[in-house]
Amino acid sequence: MLSRRSLIAALSASIAIASAPAAFAQDEIYIPLISKGFQHQFWQAVKAGADQAADEFGVRITFEGPDNETMVDRQIDMLAAALANNPGAIGFAALDSQAAIPLLRQAHDAGIPVIAFDSGVDSDIPVATATTDNVAAAALAADKMAEFLGGEGKVAVVAHDQTSRTGIDRRDGFLNQIEASYPNIEVVSVQYGAGDQLQSTEVAKAILTANPDLAGMFGTNEGSAIGIVNAVREMNSEDVVIIGYDSGKAQTDAIRAGLMAGAITQNPVGIGYETVKAAIAAMNGEEMPEIIDTGFYYYDQSNIDNPEIQAVLYD
Amino acid sequence: MTTTTVDAPKSVLSRIVAAGTHQRVLAFASLVVLLIGFAIASPNFMQTSNMLAILQATSVNGVLAIAVTLVIITGGIDLSVGTMMTFCAVITGVVLTYAGLPLPFGVLAAVLTGAVCGACSGTFVAKMAIPPFIATLGMMLILKGLSLVISGTRPIYFNDTPGFSEISRGSLIGDVIPSLPIPNGVLILFIVAGVTAYILNRTVLGRYCFALGSNEESVRLSGVNTQRWKIAIYALAGSIVGIAGLLIASRLNSAQPALGLGYELEAIAAVVIGGTSLSGGRGSILGSLIGALIMAVLTNGLRVLSVAQEWQTVVTGAIIILAVYADMMRRKNAK
Repeated sequence: MLSRRSLIAALSASIAIASAPAAFAQDEIYIPLISKGFQHQFWQAVKAGADQAADEFGVRITFEGPDNETMVDRQIDMLAAALANNPGAIGFAALDSQAAIPLLRQAHDAGIPVIAFDSGVDSDIPVATATTDNVAAAALAADKMAEFLGGEGKVAVVAHDQTSRTGIDRRDGFLNQIEASYPNIEVVSVQYGAGDQLQSTEVAKAILTANPDLAGMFGTNEGSAIGIVNAVREMNSEDVVIIGYDSGKAQTDAIRAGLMAGAITQNPVGIGYETVKAAIAAMNGEEMPEIIDTGFYYYDQSNIDNPEIQAVLYD
Repeated sequence: MTTTTVDAPKSVLSRIVAAGTHQRVLAFASLVVLLIGFAIASPNFMQTSNMLAILQATSVNGVLAIAVTLVIITGGIDLSVGTMMTFCAVITGVVLTYAGLPLPFGVLAAVLTGAVCGACSGTFVAKMAIPPFIATLGMMLILKGLSLVISGTRPIYFNDTPGFSEISRGSLIGDVIPSLPIPNGVLILFIVAGVTAYILNRTVLGRYCFALGSNEESVRLSGVNTQRWKIAIYALAGSIVGIAGLLIASRLNSAQPALGLGYELEAIAAVVIGGTSLSGGRGSILGSLIGALIMAVLTNGLRVLSVAQEWQTVVTGAIIILAVYADMMRRKNAK
C-alpha cells in the first residue's frame, strides 16, 4: 500500500507546488492570451511584448498556445480553460476561426471583450485585431526582390500555409505586387512547406531542380525562409536572391553571412504589447480601431544592427 | 505489504482487489485526488462549465484510448489512431460536403472507413507478420498523406450539414435536464466505453483479445484461426477510431487534414495510466477511460492554475511515469 500512498502524496505535492503562483493573484485583472504556438521564437517575442504591457499596466497575463499549428482542438481546450478563470478580457489568435466561435460567443455573452492578434479571427466578435499588414509587408518584399533582380527574371515562393490568413496574405501580397508592377518578372512556382524547416528545404530543392535558371525566392515565414537557405546551400546555387520573412537567429545569421539578401520583420513584441493594451482599453469601454497595425520593417546587412531594427528582431 | 488483503477479507476494497480491479481503483483514487487538489487550489476549477469543458476535452482522446486498448490487450500497439481519426473525418467531409449526402451516410462513412483502415493494419500484422509498431507506423503516414491528398490540404467545413455539429456540441441530456448540459460527445464516449467493455468481457471476440495477448502460440495450437480474430480486433478498433473522427470533426465543424500526429501518444498514455499492460493480455476499458480523464483534468487544472506552459508538460510527463511506476509496485507487492 506504500505505493498508493506515495502516489497520492506526490500528486498532492505537485498540486501544492503548482498552486503557489496562482494563490496571490485573485483580485488582479486577468488577461489570458491564447496564441497559435508557443515554443517558436516569434511567439516568445509576442509573449515578451505582452509581459511588458502587463508590467506597465499592472495586470496579470498568461500566454499559451498548442505545440503545433495543426492542433485546433487543443487550442479550443485552452480557450475553455481560460474562460473558466473569469478573465477581464481575452487575446486570441485563431488556428481555425470557425471551431472557436461557440466559445468566443460564450465570452461575448459574458461581456468579456476579445482582442484578436496575429492572424486574427474571422468573426465580428473581436473588438479589434492587433496584426501586421501582411499584404503590404509582402508587397515590400516583392519591391526589394525586383530591385535585386533589376526588374526581370524567374522567381518562386515557398509559403508556409495556404489556408491561414497570414499564409494567404503574404503569398498574395507578393504575387499581386509582382504582377502589378514588374511585368518582366515571372513567378514560376508557389509551393508550401508548412513552415517546417526540413519540409521547406525539400520543397525549395525541388523548385531549384525544376528551374535551374531561377533568380530569386521568397519565403513567407521563418521556417520557409530557412528552408530556402538550406536548399540553396545544399544545391550550391548561391546566386539565387533570397528574401525571407520574420527574424530569428538562423535568419539573421544568414543575412549577416550574405546567404540571404534581406527579410521583412514583423514587430512581434508590438503585437503582444498592443494586444494587452487594447484588451485593457476594451475593458474600460474605450473606442478603438478595428485593425491595430503593429508595423513591419525590411532589414538587410546594412541596417541589421540599427537600434530601430534590433528592437524588433528576436533571437 | 502482501497481507493487506488477507487481513480484511470482508472489506469492500479487498473484494474489489480480489476481483482484480485494484488498478482501476488506484487510477480512480488519483483522479479524485487531482480533482480535490485542483478544487482547493483554485475556486474557478469546480465550475459546471469547467467540468463540462474537461469532459468535452476528454471525449476524443477517450474514444481513441478505448480503441488503442483493444489493440494493446492483444499485445500489439496502434500508432495510426491519430491520423486514422483525421482520415475518417476527411472521408466524412467528402461524403457530406463534397457529395452532399445526408448526415447518416457521413456517420456510416466514418465508421466504415475506420473499420477498413483497421482491417488493413490487422492484415499487415496478422497475415504479413509485420511487427505492429512498424505496420501501424506505416499506416499512420499513409493515412496522414491520404488525408492531405483527398482534402487538397484544406479544411473541409460542414456548414451545409446543419445537424453535424450537434453530434459533439449539442446536448440531448441538456434538452431533458437543462441544468446538466452534458455535450453529446461525452455521452457518445460513455456509450462507446460501455459497448466496448461489453464486447471485451462478454463475447468471444473479447476473450480472444485477451488470449492473443497472453499467449498467442497456445491459442493458435488449440486450433483457433488467430489471424482472422486479430484482423477482426484491429477492424473493431478502427471503427471506434472512426467514431473519434466524427467527434473531432463535429466539434471543430470541419475536417482538419493536417491534424492527428501526436494524438496516438496521448491515447497510449491514457491507456497506460489506466493500468493496461503494454505487454498485452491485461487491461480494461474503464481504466483507459479514467486514464483519459486524468490526462484532461491534469491539463485543464494546470491551465486554470495558470502554471506556465513549459511546466505543464513537465508535470504531465512526471505523472505518467509516476502512475505506471505505482502500478508496477502494486503488482510486485501483490506477488
